[in-house]
Amino acid sequence: MKGAKIFVESLIKENVEVIFGYPGGAVLPIFDFLYDAPIKFILTRHEQGAAHAADGYARSTGKVGVCIATSGPGATNLTTGIATAYMDSVPMVAFTGQVKTSLIGNDAFQEADVTGITRSITKHNYLIKDVKELAPTIKEAFYLARTGRPGPVLVDIPVDVQLHDTEFNYPYDISLRSYRPTYFGHRGQIKKALKLIYSAKRPVIIAGGGVIISEGARELFQFAERFSIPVATTLMGLGAFPSTHPLYLGMPGMHGTVYANMAITESDLLISVGCRFDDRVTGRVDAFAPQAKIIHIDIDPTSISKNIKVDIPIVGDAKNILGQLLEEIDRKKILNISSWLKRIKEFKKKHPLKYKKGVGGIKPQYVVEELYLQTKGRAIVATEVGQNQMWAAQFYKIDSPRHFLSSGGLGTMGYGFPASIGAKVGNPTAVVLDIAGDGSIQMNIQELATISTYDIGVKIIILNNSYLGMVRQWQELFYNRRYSATSLKNPDFVKIAQGYKVKGMRIKKANEVKKAVKELLSYKGPVLADFWVEEEENVFPMVPAGEAINRMIGGMA
Amino acid sequence: MKHTIQVLVENKFGVLARIASLFSARGYNIDSLAVGETQDPTISCMTIVVNAEDERVLEQIKKQLHKLIDVITVVDLTRKDYIDRELILLKIYNKKPAKDMVEELVKNYPVEILDKNEEYFILQVCAEHNDLENIFKEIKKIGIKELIRTGKIAIAK
Repeated sequence: MKGAKIFVESLIKENVEVIFGYPGGAVLPIFDFLYDAPIKFILTRHEQGAAHAADGYARSTGKVGVCIATSGPGATNLTTGIATAYMDSVPMVAFTGQVKTSLIGNDAFQEADVTGITRSITKHNYLIKDVKELAPTIKEAFYLARTGRPGPVLVDIPVDVQLHDTEFNYPYDISLRSYRPTYFGHRGQIKKALKLIYSAKRPVIIAGGGVIISEGARELFQFAERFSIPVATTLMGLGAFPSTHPLYLGMPGMHGTVYANMAITESDLLISVGCRFDDRVTGRVDAFAPQAKIIHIDIDPTSISKNIKVDIPIVGDAKNILGQLLEEIDRKKILNISSWLKRIKEFKKKHPLKYKKGVGGIKPQYVVEELYLQTKGRAIVATEVGQNQMWAAQFYKIDSPRHFLSSGGLGTMGYGFPASIGAKVGNPTAVVLDIAGDGSIQMNIQELATISTYDIGVKIIILNNSYLGMVRQWQELFYNRRYSATSLKNPDFVKIAQGYKVKGMRIKKANEVKKAVKELLSYKGPVLADFWVEEEENVFPMVPAGEAINRMIGGMA
Repeated sequence: MKHTIQVLVENKFGVLARIASLFSARGYNIDSLAVGETQDPTISCMTIVVNAEDERVLEQIKKQLHKLIDVITVVDLTRKDYIDRELILLKIYNKKPAKDMVEELVKNYPVEILDKNEEYFILQVCAEHNDLENIFKEIKKIGIKELIRTGKIAIAK
């Protein structure tokens, strides 16, 4: 069997239902077999779009996302998407064509050292030099991508390998002596953690993306409710705990809620589940949870005591460990923390997430709230990066896992739109929104052709403030309002959408928002809605970079 | 503080590059690195001497190494009883007074003459790190034409 056919057969064995990608010279043999393969192929208009779409598909479904590009520029265009997936632990397998094995290293046409370039942004990568390695490597790639702490794996396949013949034997199972992730928590550590929990007076849980990845939301819910411990979720953890639950604290960190940050600062026990203490969460490290003992549950040992020194590390899968904790809990134990819960209730009442409702101009937060209300909080929400992302995180209250797709670690502008395409392909019946800014949307706007071609009904919501809003906000607050290179002269987005044969809408007045949201949601098929929002609206509350998280500006009054 | 870390890796294409780029990407310093096949041809052993300013950095280095898919084991020998060796090959000009001093060296230290001609001696020095440093100081006095040094290799007792 030819290498290219082995490729397709291997993907069928892995139950791949869709591939996002872009053809080119070094993947021609593969595309020839994809032509009549029982796998859906979505042609994006840029390889970066393909990588983000595979990522959005993976985050929203929990399955491994697959993308493919040709050698050289095709592969380098994938890299932003691969790095994005790497930072957020997204299971993905990226395939790239490579020049003929005999030409590797000769600076051949469209040659790039792709395994070299992607070494530090993949969980692992491979250059296949012999067609016999192809099937076992694909097996290994999928296995690595989805197990342990998931991540992107890249497989670089020279064009001659795709043409060579060998027997096709797909391996049944796999065992790597050098790769043995820990899935269950150490029993002694579980016991120690429980002992700390029993004596806690002011406990707080921080749940991160690990809870969602491990499908541990139910266990988290049971665990939090068992002791009535308040739960904050990081940006990556949105949906790990219902946002509408009374114990919910919202998001901690730079643009988190005042009450989440205050609770963490005052807590005496922090239980971190699947969160890696990113600097956007911790703020100034030495002032982070200064009174708290910290229990840190994470599948990746390198996450432990990397940024924050912890007292009780438990390495393993978040779902399993929460399950172990629940199992080991002494039935008679209750926590005497009613005064703590009362204090948190007061925080919440005193410092709610809010914005000044204006007259005339459209508040971006209002658009997000309206989307939330009219979709009953059930949409899958992808975001770009910047103010749009933070407003979406603050005002679209996510209740279930895999419903909030955002580039948390890398902060990739241009992520949301292609990610929403992947999410819609993976969840055809779901309402899928891309909450975007006028800056971000233009980073992958060419994908309008993709949604138009395949009639992928995502709803693009541009919160258009004619600025690179988040950078402008920093310039306003910390650079004396010198708006260097942040003011945007935008195209007519409605016409752009129409040019791609996508429905375009423009909304300029606050009193038109409700109706417009209704219209865009009820329209069958893709829509781009350009909301002209107040230009200098800021995201508050805000912890200035490098400050302690209880030193917030905005939202405290 | 310097730590000697022994890393067993899959003997595969690109593994050294993975280790090297891990160190450079995360800003860790390598003092020396020695790589070679073990008794099992599918496994290579890397002996890495790192300079870690504190315990946390050292822990991270070890964990990050272990996280690499091709890394099988990571052992910090510094905490164990071990024997280590480094090797120096060098050329010394074959003229007085160096000539006499070479003889002295051979007598007193683990120094061997591998080759000699009218112009120079080729010497081999094989010793434990600190001894090697001392011998090196002696040799420097003689005048060196050329010197090549390996990284440290080590074995636990």
